[in-house]
Amino acid sequence: MELKRVVVTGLGALTPIGNTKDEYWEGLVSGKSGAAPITYYDTEKFKTKFACELKNFDVTEFIDRKESRKMDKFAQYAMVAADEAIADAKLNLDEVNKLRVGVIWGAGIGGLETFQNEVMNFAEGDGTPRFNPFFIPKMIADIAPGNISIKYGFMGPNYTTVSACASSANAMFDALNSIRLGHTDVVVTGGSEAAVTIAGMGGFNAMHALSTRNESPETASRPFDATRDGFVLGEGAGALVLEEYEHAKARGAKIYAEFIGGGLSSDAYHMTAPHPDGIGVIAVMKNCLENAGLKPEDVDHINTHGTSTPLGDVAELKAISEVFGSHAKNININSTKSMTGHLLGAAGAIEAISVILAMEKGIVPPTINHATVDENIDPELNLTLNKAQKRDVKVAMSNTFGFGGHNACVLFKKID
Amino acid sequence: MSDIASRVKAIIVDKLGVDENEVVNEASFTNDLGADSLDTVELIMEFEKEFDIQIPDDQAENIATVGQAISYIEGAK
Repeated sequence: MELKRVVVTGLGALTPIGNTKDEYWEGLVSGKSGAAPITYYDTEKFKTKFACELKNFDVTEFIDRKESRKMDKFAQYAMVAADEAIADAKLNLDEVNKLRVGVIWGAGIGGLETFQNEVMNFAEGDGTPRFNPFFIPKMIADIAPGNISIKYGFMGPNYTTVSACASSANAMFDALNSIRLGHTDVVVTGGSEAAVTIAGMGGFNAMHALSTRNESPETASRPFDATRDGFVLGEGAGALVLEEYEHAKARGAKIYAEFIGGGLSSDAYHMTAPHPDGIGVIAVMKNCLENAGLKPEDVDHINTHGTSTPLGDVAELKAISEVFGSHAKNININSTKSMTGHLLGAAGAIEAISVILAMEKGIVPPTINHATVDENIDPELNLTLNKAQKRDVKVAMSNTFGFGGHNACVLFKKID
Repeated sequence: MSDIASRVKAIIVDKLGVDENEVVNEASFTNDLGADSLDTVELIMEFEKEFDIQIPDDQAENIATVGQAISYIEGAK
């Protein structure tokens, strides 16, 4: 059967550097850092005392208090970003066939704060299990798309993909395939995460995964810099409305880009460490190009996973050199995690939005905080260091890799 | 209004996000105040916490209105 073409017709973003798609883009091109001391809880005894929290976000401006109380933050963020993307797509909710509209979401963890608070509450008691009846439905990772479908009446496929930091890229790829195969006309996809909590920070600190540059939070996320010391945890959500091309054309929708392909692979190596030879990461980019029917030379821009960890950043760039050969030096490579921090299950979504907007605006956002050259990195690569660069981006890729060895890659193409 | 009644009503206003004027004795949690089954369970738990009492499930099933909640708690204290 012939696959349908899929385009992006709506975007929504709620990030540590901007609470809407437009603010997010302004933050990206101006090289803004979202990192600051944590305000949510007392960090005195924690090794890492900063993160990329959302700023000036009051959920009651978006969701009424009664409803928002029944949602963990990760589900609130999902709703806010999805609302923006659906409004941006200008979908006519009275005309669209809601049986053919899906919501396929990504979350690496889900309602961590809800889980943490309910268990702490139990531990402080006398052993009587007084759990809130909303504990489970608030916490489960699939509730975010559930809530979105309930609000809008979208009755197509509805679920959450979980593959740690690759979660929302997995969700986007599933959404792409659902439309390609003719199962749906429209899918709201993306991801959200809200792990800046005692359990989240404590857990990642225990793994030695986080930067501990407490004296300078805003420069801590420094992908590709020789002095990088771990990732900076972020939170928020990104949402995309994907639509079958003819469906979008018929209603005169604004088309941002074509979602041309995706790829998946697994390292099959270690719970958290990247494969030293990058076999899985090489495979995922090759799978993605093949799935899209494109050649390595077609790619202008790659938003890397680039989390600012000592091992991961180098392994990824080596894999890029392996896949793209001599063309690698022509690609605008960046890591927007230098600004947003690492949004875990939402990373793939907000980074896909970054590459789509880079294509629309003709500007590639920078990798900020670079000062010291890492000798293990090929100096010929253009890592878009410190300042945004003008670039006519026709094809752009976004990489995401998750603990567990999950690799996911997505590819977008400009529509003329 | 008794102290118990005002505390019960404050919990209902908070948890169900309804207007204070709607929280009259005859009001049913589900039919008048928009509560679903989980909201009702949460309300009962809040009453238990606020008044330091235990409301067994079979008795909780009979608490469907504001007035019934107030009388039950007054009887239990």
